[in-house]
Amino acid sequence: MIHSLFLINSSGDIFLEKHWKSVVSRSVCDYFFEAQERATEAENVPPVIPTPHHYLLSVYRHKIFFVAVIQTEVPPLFVIEFLHRVVDTFQDYFGVCSEPVIKDNVVVVYEVLEEMLDNGFPLATESNILKELIKPPTILRTVVNTITGMEKGETHRELPSWVKALNNLLPAFCLIPISGSTITAEIQGVIDACVKLTGMPDLTLSFMNPRLLDDVSFHPCVRFKRWESERILSFIPPDGNFRLLSYHVSAQNLVAIPVYVKHNISFRDSSSLGRFEITVGPKQTMGKTIEGVIVTSQMPKGVLNMSLTPSQGTHTFDPVTKMLSWDVGKINPQKLPSLKGTMSLQAGASKPDENPTINLQFKIQQLAISGLKVNRLDMYGEKYKPFKGIKYMTKAGKFQVRT
Amino acid sequence: MQRLLQLPGAVGRPGGRGACGADQEAASPVLAPEGGPPPWYQALQPEELRWLQAPEEDTAPEASLEGPCPEPGQSQSQSQPLRHDDLKEMLDTNKDSLKLEAMKRIVAMIARGKNASDLFPAVVKNVACKNIEVKKLVYVYLVRYAEEQQDLALLSISTFQRGLKDPNQLIRASALRVLSSIRVPIIVPIMMLAIKEAASDMSPYVRKTAAHAIPKLYSLDSDQKDQLIEVIEKLLADKTTLVAGSVVMAFEEVCPERIDLIHKNYRKLCNLLIDVEEWGQVVIISMLTRYARTQFLSPTQNESLLEENPEKAFYGSEEDEAKGPGSEEAATTALPARKPYVMDPDHRLLLRNTKPLLQSRSAAVVMAVAQLYFHLAPKAEVGVIAKALVRLLRSHSEVQYVVLQNVATMSIKRRGMFEPYLKSFYIRSTDPTQIKILKLEVLTNLASETNIPTVLREFQTYIRSMDKDFVAATIQAIGRCATNIGRVRDTCLNGLVQLLSNRDELVVAESVVVIKKLLQMQPAQHGEIIKHLAKLTDSIQVPMARASILWLIGEYCEHVPKIAPDVLRKMAKSFTAEEDIVKLQVINLAAKLYLTNSKQTKLLTQYVLSLAKYDQNYDIRDRARFTRQLIVPSEQGGALSRHAKKLFLAPKPAPVLESSFKDRDHFQLGSLSHLLNAKATGYQELPDWPEEAPDPSVRNVEVPEWTKCSNREKRKEKEKPFYSDSEGESGPTESADSDPESESASDSKSSSESGSGESSSESDSEDQEEEKGRSSESEQSEEEGGKRKMKKRKKVTEAQGDASSSDEGSDSSSSSSESERTSETEEEQVEPASWRKKTDKAGTGSLLAHFHTGPPPPLQLLSPGSGAGRQELLHRVAGEGLAVDYTFSRQPFSGDPHMVSVHIHFSNSSDTPIKGLHVGTPKLPAGISIQEFPEIESLAPGESTTAVMGINFCDSTQAANFQLCTQTRQFYVSIQPPVGELMAPVFMSENEFKKEQGKLTGMSEITEKLTLPDGCRSDHIVVQKVTTVANLGRVPCGASDEYRFAGRTLTSGSLVLLTLDARPTGAAQLTVNSEKMVIGTMLVKDVVQALTQ
Repeated sequence: MIHSLFLINSSGDIFLEKHWKSVVSRSVCDYFFEAQERATEAENVPPVIPTPHHYLLSVYRHKIFFVAVIQTEVPPLFVIEFLHRVVDTFQDYFGVCSEPVIKDNVVVVYEVLEEMLDNGFPLATESNILKELIKPPTILRTVVNTITGMEKGETHRELPSWVKALNNLLPAFCLIPISGSTITAEIQGVIDACVKLTGMPDLTLSFMNPRLLDDVSFHPCVRFKRWESERILSFIPPDGNFRLLSYHVSAQNLVAIPVYVKHNISFRDSSSLGRFEITVGPKQTMGKTIEGVIVTSQMPKGVLNMSLTPSQGTHTFDPVTKMLSWDVGKINPQKLPSLKGTMSLQAGASKPDENPTINLQFKIQQLAISGLKVNRLDMYGEKYKPFKGIKYMTKAGKFQVRT
Repeated sequence: MQRLLQLPGAVGRPGGRGACGADQEAASPVLAPEGGPPPWYQALQPEELRWLQAPEEDTAPEASLEGPCPEPGQSQSQSQPLRHDDLKEMLDTNKDSLKLEAMKRIVAMIARGKNASDLFPAVVKNVACKNIEVKKLVYVYLVRYAEEQQDLALLSISTFQRGLKDPNQLIRASALRVLSSIRVPIIVPIMMLAIKEAASDMSPYVRKTAAHAIPKLYSLDSDQKDQLIEVIEKLLADKTTLVAGSVVMAFEEVCPERIDLIHKNYRKLCNLLIDVEEWGQVVIISMLTRYARTQFLSPTQNESLLEENPEKAFYGSEEDEAKGPGSEEAATTALPARKPYVMDPDHRLLLRNTKPLLQSRSAAVVMAVAQLYFHLAPKAEVGVIAKALVRLLRSHSEVQYVVLQNVATMSIKRRGMFEPYLKSFYIRSTDPTQIKILKLEVLTNLASETNIPTVLREFQTYIRSMDKDFVAATIQAIGRCATNIGRVRDTCLNGLVQLLSNRDELVVAESVVVIKKLLQMQPAQHGEIIKHLAKLTDSIQVPMARASILWLIGEYCEHVPKIAPDVLRKMAKSFTAEEDIVKLQVINLAAKLYLTNSKQTKLLTQYVLSLAKYDQNYDIRDRARFTRQLIVPSEQGGALSRHAKKLFLAPKPAPVLESSFKDRDHFQLGSLSHLLNAKATGYQELPDWPEEAPDPSVRNVEVPEWTKCSNREKRKEKEKPFYSDSEGESGPTESADSDPESESASDSKSSSESGSGESSSESDSEDQEEEKGRSSESEQSEEEGGKRKMKKRKKVTEAQGDASSSDEGSDSSSSSSESERTSETEEEQVEPASWRKKTDKAGTGSLLAHFHTGPPPPLQLLSPGSGAGRQELLHRVAGEGLAVDYTFSRQPFSGDPHMVSVHIHFSNSSDTPIKGLHVGTPKLPAGISIQEFPEIESLAPGESTTAVMGINFCDSTQAANFQLCTQTRQFYVSIQPPVGELMAPVFMSENEFKKEQGKLTGMSEITEKLTLPDGCRSDHIVVQKVTTVANLGRVPCGASDEYRFAGRTLTSGSLVLLTLDARPTGAAQLTVNSEKMVIGTMLVKDVVQALTQ
């Protein structure tokens, strides 16, 4: 299956390699570099590259290419899924997954990779299992050492009975409205759990309105049968952070879009100036504040520069990539943020035929836009009382406004 | 020092190299001065030493991380050995911390791809090191370099051999893992032995490692194949989910052609599937897809032969190839003879057990199930995968890329499946180009008469995108839509013509190419467009577009007689500057014009041809020569030139704009080969469905002679309702051989008990290991820790499941309590085991006998012979010595099918014979009628006899009152039937059941919630209780905690459907569907009462 793994940074240096079978020479990556050159952007590098003797399957995350080398037929998603799992594991181990962090912890990384695959076939990929095999670095390590004392013959059960269960409900949504009418909008969400419970707790989580959920996928610990019959999530959780559930809300429930964007972007023929104006405002937010608003837009090539004044926040325009970015911050419904000004266009050229797309990011705390509500979380199988908490959040997914 | 060593990333480049090397030279004496360990180390007491080590540990990793960064180049030839020397020193000390430090630095070097092979001797010495951290790193090193230093590597073998015998399963596993990973051919026999031994290890984790080792050995020495297959065969029979995925992987790599090894394990694999870890699931599903293609009949074969659809042609052509001419008749004549398609229950089992995995979080698993459904499921069921695949589209872009490729292939064959999700394929401006193009492909495939306006409007936005590659692809997509959907052809064409005035040349060029293809379909009406295109030759520079325009003008020169020669004139002028592809078309145009309009163009043509004759490109020279011979009449070549017009101006068929994903589905979806559209190394063809189904009985598992049979029987027993499921009619083979099996199940009981000590189940091995390992406590506990690691999530399932099996032989009293717990907390896999155990222990129930000897259909098995037991009709005191009881025999009454048959038992306890027993004039409510039993002449004292009478209760629970007369007396008696006796069981499949249930909702549905007491949560008890209360037949059911029963009321024949949905926690819901509401209500009451007692 997976022969080797190369980690390549965006400037094309191989900074880590791991082989699970015979060593594959680094030169195999030359094919990858070729493809990388051909692709204008890192995202455009094809995930599967055939070479005469090998196949290179890669994922691009955190500005690092994770390139797996395989030699024989294998489902490509199998490899891609595994590579993503590797990234997730690193993130879990070190907090962030970046080139310097990997370089600093190269031994742990190498050992983790060694455990994750045996002869190219996945062996231990759950990060809680890995953490018991290979201890994560930093200060935590000494703590873990003294508490669990794996080597001294104590077991996990002797952990002091401190407990904590926290659920993040995170409906993000993803839509592309066009000025006037919404083209498509959908809500997809996840429930991330952070469980730190001693022993073998059996948890059940029920929703007030499970009917909302149209399509779901589960962490393997969830008992499918009970969900089928009772719409209850019943599971024995692994330790630590994990994604319990991803869901999609059925399309019949019309999505209430919490923001609107008014825009007026006009280019005129035979004029080197264009007008530009954007206003962002809240809509159906149930009294919650919209925060973390960032507006970005890829301007047409003809735009040389922009001189804009925002009513709040800061904005930047990169004349090379033609990327406009406006960090709005919170939206105050009394005083709607706006960005106005002019664009200077290439003199003499006629007006560009493309219209820029406006991308929007935002967050709303303590609101699940889908209306999904957790009813209760119960624990069976253990005597103590756990600490429970829940946090709702709405985040914009790929929110685009076509102009 | 630290700061100096933290050089920027640029050190690897020539500029930084010198400086870095110098640093290391400066650094190494500090870390380990030449000539042995630093003297101050020895002078210090261990206490003090610890304080010193702490700071060193801080600095050392820095050094190791940044130190070895530069490639050991020329300038470093001096520093390199020096540095390695200090590592060797560190490895040679007897301080674990130093060793660990050294190993960490070495591993860091390996990770960066630096060569550390010269340290091999120093490292290999530490293979027996006690410190587990050091040991782990030494193993890592060994696996990396053993292949290069085979002789030295042999030194470590004995350590691993010792490790293989270690009482700790983790150590055994890791020893095997390393032993099998060092690729040294000499040790092949040792590896073989180790694998064989580990394959029968008690610990499933070790067995899993053994499964992993199989492909390693195979790649090292393929001569071992036969022996390895034996091991695989053995491991395939393993029951633990931990092993299943790994052994199937080994199977796929070593002997994918030995499909026969799967037969016996097929059902087990299907049933284990949901509990296997994700990676194993993918491998197993893909293997089972192949298996199913060889073993079952195509579920679409009949449809495809009967229906008039595109697939028919597809199948037909395939058959043609296979069988040669005349096959079509053969196929059609064979058709009437062919039985109606009945899905093999095992086929159904696979589909059913994989379906829940569509909800998996792993994209790979979802894709594996999707391809399984696409390749194996009947058409009507394939649709379920669409939603799951669309879900994957919200994942990472790499996942999207792969999924979209597969969706593109699927959407060609099954457009309807994805049509509801059309909007999910809309393109966002932030998508990477490759995703955009794939989405476009899917949108084009999904476009149909109904949704084409929306699709085109969407395409319109795409054309204004800034990504020009994507715009070009969009234009092609529009072209495809226009060819596929005639209605919009003109709209599309007009739109494309408008694009011709676009400022971007690429867009224009692409439009020209597409317009050319569209025009070919109906040229006559589009003279204007051709003229417009002709004008473009002045401005447009893209060769492909120019070539297309020239070809169009040449082809339709009759429509534009005036323009065509003019274009040729211009082209002749610029001929030498054109691209090759354009030149060829100029020649083409010249030839065509020469043939149609030789007066005007003769000279021009000759000019072009002579230019071409001296072109650099031989292709063009050849073409010119060939054309000249063909069109210019000469003395010799007259024969051909007479036909030149036919050759050049023959009507050409319009091109078909096809998806590049057409016919890609001959590759197994989800495979690398499918993605590349080329066969990858090691790709296993997906076989065609067989014409005749191979013998399905090969999958029946015979009674195993060895220990775990009890466990297996339980599974088997459990599976039965699964298999007989929807296909009652396909039952014969299935149940025929299940019968002797279940009989012998009880026979083998004793043997299984005696052998259970050998059981390799988890709990058992744990015990044994504990006993053995008690000598060293630390190891034992470590092992426990290890177990947690290995299993974690599945721990409970397995431990309990196995506990219940192994306990059986030894300790039955404790196992009952255990099974209580089990059934509370765990689901499917475990439950059957526990309920069977209980019945075994009970051992006496007549029910059990039914299980083992009863006739085939499980429905009959499950309805007990009689109802609620004997009821008193007449007490012997009241009857003056005559005692009369009755029972509901639940057998059909022979005289009248609407009657309930009642057995009446008379016994004479008086001392005189009773004579002339008969039924007197009954006083019956309306509708109720009685078929009396024949008069009993005489009943001697102490004797008893039985008579049968039939009562038609008319579907009500009103009592039938009648007189029981003897010669001397009359007794008034009445028989009131429990509601459950007013019906007779019917057999139906799950699907029928659901269908009927769907009809009986609303008023006809009565639901009641109840809590099952602990005593009746097992299958067997629930079934028994329900069937005792009501004369219903069990309907096989897929879900393990659902029970379904069906019956018909005797008089009116209306259906009574009972569903009991029992949760493991004890909460349950009872639903009765029946037209007869009164019966329904009463039945619910009775059943609830019976269950909650």
